[in-house]
Amino acid sequence: MSDWATPPADPLLAIEGLSVQLPVEGEVRTVLHDVTLSVGAGEAVGLVGESGSGKSMTARAVARLLPRGARCDGAIRFDGRDVAALKGADLRAYRGEVAMVFQDPRAHVNPVRTIGDFMIEALRSVRGVEPAAARRRAITALADLGIGDGERRMAQYPHELSGGLLQRVMIAGMLLTEPRLVLADEPTTALDVTTQADVMAILDELRRERGLALLFITHDLELAGAVCDRTAVMYAGQIVETRASALLQDDPLHPYTASLAAARPAVDVTVPRLAAIPGRPVSAFEAPAGCAFAPRCAHAIDACRAERPALEELDGGRVRCVRARELRGRLVEAPEVSHHG
Amino acid sequence: MSTSTPAVSVRALRAGRRRLAANRVVAYGCAAIVALAVLLAVFGPMLAPHDPNASNLSNAFVGPVAGHPLGYDGQGRDLLSRLLTGARTAMLGPFIVVVVSVAVGAALAVIAAWRGGWVDSVVSTVLDILFAFPAILLAILAAAVFGAGLTAPTLALAVAYTPYVARVLRGAALRERARDYIAACEVQGLPAVAIWWRHLVRNLLPLIVAQATLTFGYAMVDFAAISYLGLGVQPPTADWGVMVATGQAGVLQGYPAESLSAGLCVVVVVVAVNLLGERLAERDGEGR
Amino acid sequence: MWRFAARRAAMLAGALLVSSFLIFASLELAPGDPLASLTGGRTLPPEAVEQLRAQYHLDDPFLSRYVHWLGDVFQGELGTSITFREPVSSVIGSRAGVTVELVLYAALLIAVLGVGLGTLAGLRRGRVDASVLVLTSVLAAVPSFVAAIVLLNVFAVNLGWFPALGTGEGLGGTIRHLTLPAIALALSAMAIVVRVTRVAVRTELGREHVQTAVSRGIPYHQVVRRHVLRNAAIPVTTILGITITSLIALSAVVERAFSLDGLGSALVEAALSKDFAVVQGISLVFVAAFIVANTVVDLLYAVLDPRVAMGSRAA
Repeated sequence: MSDWATPPADPLLAIEGLSVQLPVEGEVRTVLHDVTLSVGAGEAVGLVGESGSGKSMTARAVARLLPRGARCDGAIRFDGRDVAALKGADLRAYRGEVAMVFQDPRAHVNPVRTIGDFMIEALRSVRGVEPAAARRRAITALADLGIGDGERRMAQYPHELSGGLLQRVMIAGMLLTEPRLVLADEPTTALDVTTQADVMAILDELRRERGLALLFITHDLELAGAVCDRTAVMYAGQIVETRASALLQDDPLHPYTASLAAARPAVDVTVPRLAAIPGRPVSAFEAPAGCAFAPRCAHAIDACRAERPALEELDGGRVRCVRARELRGRLVEAPEVSHHG
Repeated sequence: MSTSTPAVSVRALRAGRRRLAANRVVAYGCAAIVALAVLLAVFGPMLAPHDPNASNLSNAFVGPVAGHPLGYDGQGRDLLSRLLTGARTAMLGPFIVVVVSVAVGAALAVIAAWRGGWVDSVVSTVLDILFAFPAILLAILAAAVFGAGLTAPTLALAVAYTPYVARVLRGAALRERARDYIAACEVQGLPAVAIWWRHLVRNLLPLIVAQATLTFGYAMVDFAAISYLGLGVQPPTADWGVMVATGQAGVLQGYPAESLSAGLCVVVVVVAVNLLGERLAERDGEGR
Repeated sequence: MWRFAARRAAMLAGALLVSSFLIFASLELAPGDPLASLTGGRTLPPEAVEQLRAQYHLDDPFLSRYVHWLGDVFQGELGTSITFREPVSSVIGSRAGVTVELVLYAALLIAVLGVGLGTLAGLRRGRVDASVLVLTSVLAAVPSFVAAIVLLNVFAVNLGWFPALGTGEGLGGTIRHLTLPAIALALSAMAIVVRVTRVAVRTELGREHVQTAVSRGIPYHQVVRRHVLRNAAIPVTTILGITITSLIALSAVVERAFSLDGLGSALVEAALSKDFAVVQGISLVFVAAFIVANTVVDLLYAVLDPRVAMGSRAA
């Protein structure tokens, strides 16, 4: 794992200084600010943050699925090509190479079409595969994900399948076009706990077998650590820390990461409960002028509120905190983030 | 709320809807038209400059002249006076329909939602059967049985509209009944009627008003159609629906003023009522 | 699916039975002697009165009269018209053609223009959408008889493009004569269909599964056809069903406006002259057509939406 601790020199996906603004209720709001992140071929990168932190919006920007009227600055490069410039057939071909696995399979698979329709649709229209061959490949793909009885499943409708099964169908369908990068947007959040582990194991196994690159989006720091080589932590539309997953939990660079790690309920460890910080996670457009996390940070000083810190290299990772150097090693016992409100 | 992005798009969607509904000029315009129509229904006959039934055949189809700004109809009666007078029955008919159908529909909805079980099944079945009778057909049938006029067709329309009102309100009443505060009232031992009146009906009131407004629009069209067919308000009484019918001979001879002006009155009021009703329904939907 | 269809068929039979009873019973509601209602207050020769008494079993109790009447209805015996002086069944037979043609013509207009314009407005934002929205909110409020007057004034009297009244000969003549009536009948329903289709298309465009299809690189026209339009077809079919079945009764108004000899105008004439046998017969035909059409729409809905037949509605 430590091989992947640093960003690859020639990444498959490179996001550089990405900012996104959306028109909301007549005003333009910033939802992403200066996001820089890369995913190498075959690498698994986690993107962790709370609701509203911009992690899903980042994936949408990569998949070119931003809402109408969105404005993008910065660059997204896939295999050296500028993603923003893709049009028509090139864009569709790109979408065949970058697959997105969504959070809620119930909503993301057309309820009035059969599983078979869903499975072969992209193969037929993007890859131009003959119907009979597409069917065979679809049934094989289902079997690869542990779904036997493919013939029968192909004739069924989404509402006849359980959530976990449907999520596996979605993954199978997404992998059929043999993408090089998978964007997984909280693929297990809508499932119950036992199915979660199941789906996660399958996704991880397939990725390793096929050498797929994965951008794994989750609010769960530990889950990201289990699946990913590197993990980026987002807060208020910015990346506040990128670091090897193995180091992230025990040796965080950013106070926010430290509080996220401490906030996770652990069965075997008793975290000393310090005073919880009042406040709630903010979105990018609500963030104050200085460090976005400053109002909730136990370590904030005047300098934090003065200007927005830049993302800087530190100990093999990157961190967006002016006090990162002086706080080295002192963050693990930091107070946890308040999750109220 | 699941993830960050849907929250943003839902908010954007709601903003778009609000912008559409917030077209204040249109809303105030509609409210003004409806208020004017109501005033005409009450005071119209008094405002009429001439006797709406005074006929002078030598003035038939004569266009606008001094003292008669809209001219005369095919029987030489003052058109403006007839339009002003005609507002009364044209508005009164749908008003009766709305009062009866909303009162009965709301009562059925609350009882069905409250009692549940077999009461709900019986009410729902009766309503389903009534759905099989188109409003116009029921009104024609009533006019045939009880005679043409204002009473029988309006009551028939009210019966025909009741299931539509009741169905919407029953759903809302069921949702409302499932809320905690109703259970809290019951635990406190408040009598059912008090809970209905003080809480259930009051909380449903915005929806009831919206439904009543929308129903008024449909009822106005249907009632005017019945009068147009000769089964509602009877000539020579001035009524917008009747005037469209009596003016039809003039249309074919190239004098469409009577039919068109009466028809325009119906359309303007119905458009205003519909837009107002949609706005009310939308506002109620957002409050939830 | 078949269980659902069987259930709907049973409901259909029940609704027909109940509505036939209501139509029959409405005669009894008429104030005064049923014989007076049947004769419409006219004085008839004693043998005619005797014939009516026998035919309607007026001396029997109410329920047994209903059973007799229903038995006659099943044999196509609907009684005799007092004003037309012929069997009600032949009155219906000779006039049904015009009404069927008129309703089908209007239904075609609604389905093609209503769904077409609605889809266009749903897919295109901006000026097309805004103008369709304004136009339809006015048209939806135009009663059929007002539309008839305006169409007569503009296209028949002033421009002379179409005949004003009556029915024509042959296919061309029929179409020429029925065009204005069909537009008058279809107009407000079409406006409603446009609005519902527009919202349905817009809603489906925003669905997550449409985003999935886009994210997979499916071409836009295919996404629209296979996902947006396919799914919007479910609510659109419902509103098409509701509006088209409502034309059946509304045809009475348009037939009167254009002096067409259809079932609707016969119903109104019969109602005005208290020709009760005709009122009953045509009401029965209208209600039956209305109920059958509604059942067809329900079945179509179940075919279009796999969740319905399998789901709770069939259980």
